[in-house]
This record gives sequence, structure tokens and C-alpha cells, in this order.
Amino acid sequence: MPEGLATTHEHAAHPALQHHFANMEQQREAGTLGMWVFLVTEIMFFGGMFLAYTLYRYQYPGAFVSASNHLDIKLGAINTAVLIVSSFTMAMAVYSTQVGRQRATILCLILTMILGAGFLGIKAVEYKQKYNDRLIPGKLIPNRPFGPEVAKPGETDPHKLHLVEGATVQNVELFYWIYFAMTGMHALHMIIGLGIMLVLLIMAWRGRFSPEYHAPVEISGLYWHFVDIVWIFLFPLLYLLGRHLEGHGG
Amino acid sequence: MSEHIVQPRIYIAIFLALMVGTALTLLAAFYDFPGPLNAVVALTIAVIKATLVVLYFMHVRYSGRLVWLVIVAALLWLVIMFAITFSDYWTRAWQPPF
Repeated sequence: MPEGLATTHEHAAHPALQHHFANMEQQREAGTLGMWVFLVTEIMFFGGMFLAYTLYRYQYPGAFVSASNHLDIKLGAINTAVLIVSSFTMAMAVYSTQVGRQRATILCLILTMILGAGFLGIKAVEYKQKYNDRLIPGKLIPNRPFGPEVAKPGETDPHKLHLVEGATVQNVELFYWIYFAMTGMHALHMIIGLGIMLVLLIMAWRGRFSPEYHAPVEISGLYWHFVDIVWIFLFPLLYLLGRHLEGHGG
Repeated sequence: MSEHIVQPRIYIAIFLALMVGTALTLLAAFYDFPGPLNAVVALTIAVIKATLVVLYFMHVRYSGRLVWLVIVAALLWLVIMFAITFSDYWTRAWQPPF
């Protein structure tokens, strides 16, 4: 660093201050902005899948209702609540570092991780149900291609596929491609999020964060909340939108 | 511009609002609104929930204009992607006027 620049710092520089920033404030704001630019690419990434969902829902409404009705609304709703609580504990982790409470930070991060893992556990139970009902699309599972049993009129077996009028099994499969692509990518983001939380936890444990330096917690929080927002849209679109049409169809 | 620290009581209020929103969207799913309103109601609740998360949990309400600009740009491009794609699918069945 040129000596002329060093003297512009009013106080002794914080050890976490990178030399290309004037002060911690500027460094923190640059980090936040950078994270938002990354999240924009994430918005466009998930946006493409939401577009695919919207298009095919518009083209095959009956099949989407039939397929949506097969999803477990209870588990979906519980998972929505779990994610919202985890977003709250993450927000509290950010607050705890901002006011310099190390133990509260660690507690909040651990709670966030437990909730995130809980979400993935419930998701795994749902995937297992779809496996049992042979709803995993294409030939993703060896020797177990997509092939749900279709319920006859009047049958109530919840493991069979109940098709409304005009719906075909092929278009239900299309819904499940979209379902697994979207929830799968979402789950992958959750897994990456858990990895990030683990790093934050170790850093917090070692006392790396302070009211002056907590940018990693802040920007990881942005990521975690973004993943929560994706689920806020996925839950009604995948699980709920077809529900009220049950009475109209078969 | 110094950092704005959002107080826990605001986080708690937002958290409760999100839970109420989830309950509402669940209730609305079992109630049949006329025509396309079901989707409109569900998406409106989702957009409100997402906005609360962005403004308060993600601190955007207290962020600088540059962050706002980036978010607005993202939404703009999202709208362009949806609008142009649907201008195709929506009009495929249209007959030429003469």
C-alpha cells in the first residue's frame, strides 16, 4: 500500500480491512452489493424454472392439478414454517453479531442449521413417498421408471394417481420433472447454505466477528433469506394451486 | 452512511406476519375463489411475504440506492423474460385478421 493512502485512515486499520477499501464501512457495503449482484443471477436462474412451470401449467392445467393434488400438503406447509423460523433465527444471528454477542450468534447459527437440516429431512421423506408411488420422472431411478398407478373413478387410494378430466399421465410426468428440478435445486441451495453456516459457526466460535466486522454473517444471511423466498413461491405454486379444483374434476 | 441495526422486535413482527401469511395462503387454497382469482390470491400473498423478507430480513429498506437499483434491474429482466415468452405462447392460436 502506498504510504500516502495509509495515512488517510483515521484510526488504526481493522485487521480484517482489505487494502483496496478506504474503511470497514465501504468494505461492508461493497460486499453487500456484490452479494446482491450474485442473487440477481440466482433470481434469473430460478426465474427460468418458474417460467417453465407457468408455461406448462397454462398449457396443461388438468394434469398440473392432478399432479399437484398428489403432493403432501401437510409436509409442504410444515416445511414452509420451518424455513420461516430458520430465516428468523438467521436474522437474529446477524443482529447478535452486530451487537457483539458471540454466544447468541453461535446459538442462532446452530438453530438455523438444525432447522435447515430438518427441512431437508422432511423433503427426503416426501421424495421417498414419490419414489414409492413411482412418481420419479423418466428413468432417473434404475429399474423404476415413471409409472404411477392410475386410480379408477370412485377409488380413493391416496397412493394412486387421481387424474382430472383431460389430464394425461405424460403431462403429469412433465409436472414431476419441474417439481424435482425446482425442489431439487432448492434443496441443493439449502445444502450449500448449511455448509456456509458451518463455516460461519467455526468463525464465530473463534471470535472472528465483532460489531465492526461481521460481513460474512450479513451476506450469508442474504443468501439464506433468498433461498427462503424461493420456497415462499414454490409452496403455493407446487402444492396449493390445484387444491381447490379437486371438487370440480375427478 | 453508518450501518442500521434492525431491532429484534421488528424481526419478531416480520416473523409473525410471515406465519400469518402462510396460514392465510393455506386457508385460501381450500376456498374456491371465482375464475382465475385463486392464483391471484396465492401469488399476492407470496409477493407480500417475499417483500417483507427482502425489506426487513435482508435489510433492503435500510440499504443504499445502489442495492435498490440492482434489485429493480433483476425484477425488470424477470418481467422481460416472462412477457416476451408469453407474447409468443399467448398469441399462437390467434388467426390472422385477413
